[in-house]
Amino acid sequence: MTKRIAAIVPAFNEEEAIASVVNDINAMGKAEGLAIDVVVVNDCSKDNTSKVIAGLQCIALNLPINLGIGGAVQTGFKYALKNGYDYAIQVDGDGQHPASEIPKIVNAAFNGGYDVVIGSRFISNEGFQSSTIRRVGINYFKWLNRLLLGIVVHDSTSGFRLVNKDVLKVVSDYYPDEYPEPEAIVVYSLKKFKVGEVAVSMKERQGGVSSIGRFASVYYMFKVTLAIVFTFTRMKFRK
Amino acid sequence: MVKIQIIAITISLLFLLYIVRLIIKGKLREEYSIVWIVCTLVLIVFSFWRDGLEIIAQLVGVYEAPNLVFTGAIFATFVYLLHLSIVVSKLHSQNKQLAQEMAIFKEEMLKWKNEQKNN
Repeated sequence: MTKRIAAIVPAFNEEEAIASVVNDINAMGKAEGLAIDVVVVNDCSKDNTSKVIAGLQCIALNLPINLGIGGAVQTGFKYALKNGYDYAIQVDGDGQHPASEIPKIVNAAFNGGYDVVIGSRFISNEGFQSSTIRRVGINYFKWLNRLLLGIVVHDSTSGFRLVNKDVLKVVSDYYPDEYPEPEAIVVYSLKKFKVGEVAVSMKERQGGVSSIGRFASVYYMFKVTLAIVFTFTRMKFRK
Repeated sequence: MVKIQIIAITISLLFLLYIVRLIIKGKLREEYSIVWIVCTLVLIVFSFWRDGLEIIAQLVGVYEAPNLVFTGAIFATFVYLLHLSIVVSKLHSQNKQLAQEMAIFKEEMLKWKNEQKNN
């Protein structure tokens, strides 16, 4: 039986990039013979995103209020769980995650027996590598994850990741709101899910602005560290 | 009775009346009004019983009675603010759930409508 995959595309003011992201995924799915449906979650965009996605071959979920990236992605998770998908893969709406890399991640899940597969920029160091300051942050999270969980995740801020049905049940109940990616890894690991990483290359964003502004990066580090430590404590000691 | 006592008692009673009015009109939920009613009652008690503050301050070992008032009031304010933060956090997560369900239902409804149109 073919496994059904939901490609969750969170979009906030992505009218420029969203059409090609959706079309690329659909074309890739057809070419590779994957049963992949695109689920665009429009996080109450102020631009024409909702109009653009209405004309595309995708499932359009329009949030009535802005929830932030975590809340938007979780909406997609909930949809995927409710509609019986076997896997959900998050693909950013700004064109950073090329559809051509999706098969690598999907195959790792199919053949590697992983529950969670993260597409990582820093295994083969190909493609867009992000800014220096961002990489310092990513290395810090790598260190923090190794310290707390004993696992090495090279690219814990990557949103290009796939989860299976069992993980969908967990993340539909709880998924962090702001800057969810590093914290979610803690949740996966403590729930004893098998987390794998595959090398992918990413592009620089094609449109829109990052969810993390320059001045917000200090807040980001602080907030995510707090969230990781608290999530770790909560899950470790409340069994 | 001294002038300031009369002023204090009048203001406290008016405040209490206002709280009761808010509850009756449904603008303030009972569970959030308890703390306000208790505070007002405490104010009224001490307006009548002027020596009370001195006596209690001596009892707990505070030299200047007004300091006890400030300490108590600030502490109570912090506790209540924390309570409000908890309420806001809860509202936040309920709000999020509602929005998510709504987005999913909207999509289902649209799909259903289109199916109806095609049949």
